[in-house]
Amino acid sequence: MQNSLTNRRNFIKKMAAAAAMTAAATMFPGIIFASEQEANLPKGGNLDWKKGPCRFCGVGCGILVGVDQGKAVAVKGDPNSSVNKGLLCVKGYHQIMCTQAKDRLTHALVKKNGKYVQTPINEALDIVANKMKETIEKHGKDSVAMYTSGQSTIPEGYVASKLMKGAIGTNNLDCNARLCMASAVAGFLTSFGADEPMGCYDDIDHADYFITWGNNMAEMHPVLFSRMLEQKNRRGAKIIDFATRTTRSSTASNKSILFEPQTDLAVANAICYEIINNGWVNKSFVENHVNFNKGLTNMGYGLEDKFKFKDKPTKIDFEAYKKFLEDYTPEKVAKYSKVSVKDIKYLAAIYGDPNKKVVSYWCMGMNQHTRGTWMNNLVYNIHLLTGKISQPGNGPFSLTGQPSACGTAREVGTFTHKLPKGVVMNEKHRRLAAKIWKVPYERIPSKPTYHATEMFRAVDRGDIKFIWTQVTNPLVSLPKTGRYRPAMEKESCFVVVSDVFPTPTSDVADVILPASWHIEKSGLYGNSERRTQHWDKMVEGPGETTPDAWMTIEIAKRMGYGDLFPYSEENHVEEIYNEYRQFHEGAKHGMAPLEVLKKESGAIWPYVNGKSTQWRFNAKYDPACSNDKDFHFYGKPDGKAVIWQRPYEPAPEVPDAEYPFWLNTGRVIEHWHTGSMTRRIPVLHKAMPEAYVEFHPDDANSLGIRNGEKIKVSSRRGSCVLPASINQRGLPTKGQVFVPFFDENMLINDVTLDAFCPISKEPDYKKCAVKVEKA
Amino acid sequence: MPIKSYLAHPQEGKKEALMEALSKIDHCDVIPAENKELLIVVTDTESKTDDEKVKESIEAIKYLKLLALVSGFNTPKNN
Ligand code: SF4
Repeated sequence: MQNSLTNRRNFIKKMAAAAAMTAAATMFPGIIFASEQEANLPKGGNLDWKKGPCRFCGVGCGILVGVDQGKAVAVKGDPNSSVNKGLLCVKGYHQIMCTQAKDRLTHALVKKNGKYVQTPINEALDIVANKMKETIEKHGKDSVAMYTSGQSTIPEGYVASKLMKGAIGTNNLDCNARLCMASAVAGFLTSFGADEPMGCYDDIDHADYFITWGNNMAEMHPVLFSRMLEQKNRRGAKIIDFATRTTRSSTASNKSILFEPQTDLAVANAICYEIINNGWVNKSFVENHVNFNKGLTNMGYGLEDKFKFKDKPTKIDFEAYKKFLEDYTPEKVAKYSKVSVKDIKYLAAIYGDPNKKVVSYWCMGMNQHTRGTWMNNLVYNIHLLTGKISQPGNGPFSLTGQPSACGTAREVGTFTHKLPKGVVMNEKHRRLAAKIWKVPYERIPSKPTYHATEMFRAVDRGDIKFIWTQVTNPLVSLPKTGRYRPAMEKESCFVVVSDVFPTPTSDVADVILPASWHIEKSGLYGNSERRTQHWDKMVEGPGETTPDAWMTIEIAKRMGYGDLFPYSEENHVEEIYNEYRQFHEGAKHGMAPLEVLKKESGAIWPYVNGKSTQWRFNAKYDPACSNDKDFHFYGKPDGKAVIWQRPYEPAPEVPDAEYPFWLNTGRVIEHWHTGSMTRRIPVLHKAMPEAYVEFHPDDANSLGIRNGEKIKVSSRRGSCVLPASINQRGLPTKGQVFVPFFDENMLINDVTLDAFCPISKEPDYKKCAVKVEKA
Repeated sequence: MPIKSYLAHPQEGKKEALMEALSKIDHCDVIPAENKELLIVVTDTESKTDDEKVKESIEAIKYLKLLALVSGFNTPKNN
C-alpha cells in the first residue's frame, strides 16, 4: 500500500513538473528543458488516460485526462491533436479541479416558500415538465422559451432544438452564442452564403503575416497565439495587432496599431481604397468569383423593445464601389480613427503584396459591435479584393470564444432562426427537419421569434412566462443586467436553471437542475476550425447530477413527446449524433462518423471520402467545388462571394461631458467567461481574484487615482465599484477604461448598453459611455 | 500534503545563481530550461505550513524576479 502511495506521489510530482513545462512552452515557444515532458511521465503507472476536447475555449485543444480509481487526477495536452500538439494553457491544465468545489450542485433544488428544498431529480423534472405544459395550455406555445449555450454539447443543442421547434412548435430557442458569434455568422452568410471559416489552424504554419483585429489572442486563444509566436521566431512571420487597447498580444507582436473605438469600419474601407488605388486588386479572382452589393444604412441600434430590421441587398458594380470608397482615403480616415496615414498604408501594403500570405484573426472586438455584420463583411472585402482566401496561409479567420459555439450553436442551430440544416424561413429546410424529426412539417413555425436580448426583454414584459436556461449564466453575461435581473425575479415568469455550480442566474430560479460536468458525461464539441471532437464519459458525477441532454429528453417524455425521443440513457449521445448527421449529408458539410471521432483527436468537416477538408471553396482541397474553376463559393447560388459596400457609422452612445469615458469590457486568461467554473479553481482564482477597472496612466494621473483605489464606474444604466488598475495587465487608450466581466461580485454588465447589430442582433459590449469617480 | 509547481524567472543573468540557491532549499526540485531564462520548481511538503515556509524561502532569494504558480495538487494525508 505504502509503496503504491509513494509511486502515486512521485507520479503527481512528475505531473506537476510536466504541467509547468508545458505552461512554459505556451509562454516561450521553443523552450527546451533538460528532461522533456513525456520523459517525466511514469512508465506503466495505473492511470487511464482518456481523450477529449478542453472544456474552456473555442480553440478546442485536445486533452488527456488521467483517471485513477474512478477519479480524474491529472490533465495533459493531447500530443496527437493537431490543434495544440500537446500544449495547453493555464485554464486547460487546471480544468478538472473545479469538480472538487464544495458548493457543487449535486441535487435538484425546488423553491418552496422562498427557500430551496432538495428534491429527488425525478420529482423536479416532473415539476418542470408540468409547469411547461401548463404554461403552453394557458398562454400558448410562444410563452415558453429555452436559452442554451455555445458550451452545450452537440447532442444537448440538438435535443433542445428538436423539443422546442419540432415537438412543441415554437422558435423560442436562442443561445448565448448570440452574444459572441452572431455577427460572425451573419458576416459569413451575407458574404459567402455558408457559415464558418474556410481555412483551418494549419494556416498558421504557412502565413507570412497575422493581422489581429481587436483580438487579444495571447489571453483568449493562448495556444493558437503560441503557435503564431513559434512561427514568428522560427520563420520570421509577423504579427500586427490592431486594437483599441494595448494587451499582452500587442507587446508580443511585431507592431501594435491603436484605433478609436468603432472606426475599424472606416480603416477597413481605407485599406480597400488603398488596394484599389495602388492597383493591388487580384483582377482575375474578382472577375471570376466576386459580386458587389450594397445594403441599407442608418440601421439603428436595437435599443427599443421589439426592434425590427431587415437588410435589402442591391447589386452594384466595381465602379460604384470604387466611388463609394473615395470617402475613405487614408487621409480622411486618419482624422477620426486616430490611425496614422502611414499605418493605414502599411496595413494595406501587407494585404496588397501578392507575394505575402496573410491571415486575419478576430473574435469579440469585431463581433460585439453595433455594426458587427458590416465589420465582418469589410474584412472579407479585403481578402476578396486581393484573392487571399481559402488557401494555406491566406484567409480571413473568425475565431470562436466558446468550445462549441460552432459545433452546437451554429451547426446544430440553437438560434431562433436556425434549424440543424438551414433556417426556419426556408420551406425546404423545414421539410427536411420535419422528415428527420418525424413531425408534421406545419408544426415548425416559419418565423423567428426572440434573439437573446429580445428574449429577456420579453421576460421583463411578461410575454415569456417560462424560461429554461442550460449551461449559461445570463444574469452575469447579458448586457444591461440591471434590467434583466429584476425581470427574471418577476412572479410572471417561471425560471428553470440547469447548471453545475450556483450562479447569480440560479439565484433567481424556481427550479435548479444539477447538471453533469464535461467529463462526467459523453459528448461532442465543434471548435473554430470546423473540427468535431468526441469524448466518452470519464468519471461519475456526484449525487443526482444528470447530463443536460438527458434532462431535456426526460422533460420531452413527460410532456408526451416520448415517441420523438426514443433514445436510451446509456447510448443517447451516440444515437442523437447519428440522427443529427443525416442533416449534413453530402460533400458540403458531411460530418465524420462516430467511429472515426472515437479514434481520432477530431475531424474537420466537410468530411468526405474518409478525409477532412482543410480549405473550403478551393478546388484543390474541397471536393464540393463543382464549377470547374479554381474557386467555388458554393454557398451562393451563382458560386460567387460578395464584396459589400458598408459605410462607417458612429456608435449609439459616445463619450460626452457627463459620461466622458469609453467603457470596453472583455476577458482575462485566467477565467472562463462569467467565472462560475474558473473562480472555483484555486490556482486560477488566486492568480486573478477579482475584477478591476483599467486606466490609461495619464487619465489616472489627472483624476488623482492610485492603483487599487476603489472606483465607481457609472453609465446611464447603472454602476459598479472596482479597484483601479494602472499599468498592470493591459493599457487602454486615453479616454477609455477597460473592465473584465468574469467577477459576479462586480457586475460590470449592469453598466453596459444593450444596443446590438441590427442584422446579427449581437450586442456591443465594447463601447458605451461612462463616468468614473472615487467610491 | 501539497505538491506544487512554479515557473521561476531569474533576475537578468542570474539563472545559475538562482539555480544554486534553490537547490539548497529542502523539499524543492529544480529543472532549468536549456535555452531560456527560466526554471521550473517543484515543491513537495508535508503540510500547508511547510508549504508556505518553503515558498517564503524561495521568494526570499534575491536572484528571483518572479515566481508564478502553475499547478497545485493535494495528495491524501496517509501518503
Ligand atoms: S487555449 Fe482554450 S482550448 Fe486550449 S487549453 Fe486553453 S482554454 Fe483550453
